[in-house]
Amino acid sequence: MGFFLEVLIGGLMTGMLYSLVALGFVLIFKASGVFNFAQGAMVLFAALAMARFSEWIPGWLGVDNLMVANILAFIIAAFLMFVVAWLIERLVLRHLVNQEGATLLMATLGIAYFIDGLGQTVFGSDIYKIDVGMPKEPVMVLQGVFEGGLLINKEDFIAALVAAMLVAALALFFQKTATGRALRAVADDHQAAQSIGIPLNRIWVIVWCVAGVVALVAGIIWGSKMGVQFSLVTVALRALPVVILGGLTSVPGAIIGGLIIGVGEKVSEVYLGPLVGGGIEIWFAYMLALVFLLFRPQGLFGEKIIDRV
Amino acid sequence: MIYRENGQFKTSYAADQQIFPILQDRWAILGILVFAFVAVPLLADEYMFRAILIPFLILSLAALGVNLLVGYCGQITLGAGAFMAVGAYAAYNFFIRVDGMPLIGALLLGGFTSAAVGVVFGVPSLRVRGLYLAVATLAAQFFWDWAFLRIKWFTNYSSSGSVSVSNLSLFGFPVESPTEKYLFCLAVLVVFALLAKNMTRGAIGRQWMAIRDMDVAAEVIGIRPMYAKLSAFAVSSFFLGVAGGLWGFVHLGAWEPAAFSLDRSFQLLFMVIIGGLGSIMGSFFGAAFIVILPIFLNQMLPWLGDLVGVSISTAGVSHAEIMIFGALIVFFLIVEPHGIARLWSTAKEKLRLWPFPH
Repeated sequence: MGFFLEVLIGGLMTGMLYSLVALGFVLIFKASGVFNFAQGAMVLFAALAMARFSEWIPGWLGVDNLMVANILAFIIAAFLMFVVAWLIERLVLRHLVNQEGATLLMATLGIAYFIDGLGQTVFGSDIYKIDVGMPKEPVMVLQGVFEGGLLINKEDFIAALVAAMLVAALALFFQKTATGRALRAVADDHQAAQSIGIPLNRIWVIVWCVAGVVALVAGIIWGSKMGVQFSLVTVALRALPVVILGGLTSVPGAIIGGLIIGVGEKVSEVYLGPLVGGGIEIWFAYMLALVFLLFRPQGLFGEKIIDRV
Repeated sequence: MIYRENGQFKTSYAADQQIFPILQDRWAILGILVFAFVAVPLLADEYMFRAILIPFLILSLAALGVNLLVGYCGQITLGAGAFMAVGAYAAYNFFIRVDGMPLIGALLLGGFTSAAVGVVFGVPSLRVRGLYLAVATLAAQFFWDWAFLRIKWFTNYSSSGSVSVSNLSLFGFPVESPTEKYLFCLAVLVVFALLAKNMTRGAIGRQWMAIRDMDVAAEVIGIRPMYAKLSAFAVSSFFLGVAGGLWGFVHLGAWEPAAFSLDRSFQLLFMVIIGGLGSIMGSFFGAAFIVILPIFLNQMLPWLGDLVGVSISTAGVSHAEIMIFGALIVFFLIVEPHGIARLWSTAKEKLRLWPFPH
């Protein structure tokens, strides 16, 4: 029982991290109808920027404080993500309005290649580390309740907390601010939003900026977990089943989907993996999402698809 | 003046319905075929065959398959590489496990296996569509990547996980030298391209197109969506399977699952979108573009670097390469979202009036 709970909690925490990446997809799809395949590349780019700047800044400024370096690096990386978002909107999306979904998808794939190449050209392609002072050692909890207690990874726990906070902040932003309302209006209906004077282009820049910051946070957390390296882009591929499971247009869906996929992956890997040779995590997540899709084609929380001829 | 159909009257249904109704087109195609079968083997050197021509032919075949599914039936797939892998590994298993299995038989059986697998992974298309389906097809990609890596039976328990074939022959003729391989691939491609063209002209192709344009409306006029969608998946996977078999057997000789990774799927989708969705011709254009561009960039960048006095490291070249590749793709999509095939048809319209436009 204790072991199962451990697996379960591990899965929930991993799931939270997946939803962090999935959020980036959902935000952009909601506001502009673009399925952003470049999200993984953005995570890598942001993480690379963060890792390298926090490495360079002490040399440049002569300050030796890790905290200061990290904060400055975070600000610079966030600014970089703003620039990237603005450029993507300005140079690519603006010219592709009203194109088919497949074309937009391919365009974001092109952007993904570009950002991958750019990030590695500018920041180098070795493995870097991000040290934001997250505790590494696992702790035992609930020793009184179970035999041997539960082993919980503190780092994962903090990461899950950060993710939850970010989601809450985004929900507030969407619900309570004027910009958030404008964003929701655009998501509902582009034309109607435009007709009441909401500037579409500015909204898109804002959404991509928010997605960029989400990518930065995801990059920092994943980067400090497994090192900043090229394989970080695969994190986005693992978040895709989360998105379709939760529904492409739903923020809560990204969270719930993330938790389901996280738990499903871990439990299947631990209990089913040894039977078939292991490494089944990645396709199992997709299969799980597929099974859900067969029953709810729009995902768990997606908007109902209505067909009209 | 030259390219004009004036005076070419059709006196029978057969003449009216032929694939190339314009005389000049027929001559052009014939010319290209003669050039490809006779002149190219005489002119091209070994590097040309290995690095450009054979990959181009095989990937054109694969792009044709993807185009049937994405361009004609409107079902976006990101799992094309997986079906190539299924075709390649199935062909491999038929080839080594069945005594005296001929090369062409193994390839075709690989194709049929891939078609069956394609139908299974096409089932979600009955419920979900668009981008949800695109992500769902990724399931095929990851599942087969895993299966060929972990299930040792598929790779005949080879210790390194890589499999290889040798002593290929067709009806007693060896398929070993680059020229022979090229001719073999070309012959397969011509047969399959003709098949694809005719399928899209026939009833089944029209059903696919109706489903693509609007599946609910197609259902109302009496097209069975299940049959149309699954047959598109089957045919597309068959093409991809044969292409995968060729890629493994003829181009690579020895391969591992990474040869058919997700990048391959993306590459194939790039080909059909850049070449032109819903166009047989476009598949060839797209394949040519995607095959030649990286080679071109690879050769050009160090040279350009030397020109301005900067020496670029190998890693730098490969990074700059994917950067420029990505930028060009985006640029291309912005300038001509309908692909090279659209440029081609515009050029043909212009050519009809040339040199006296009104």
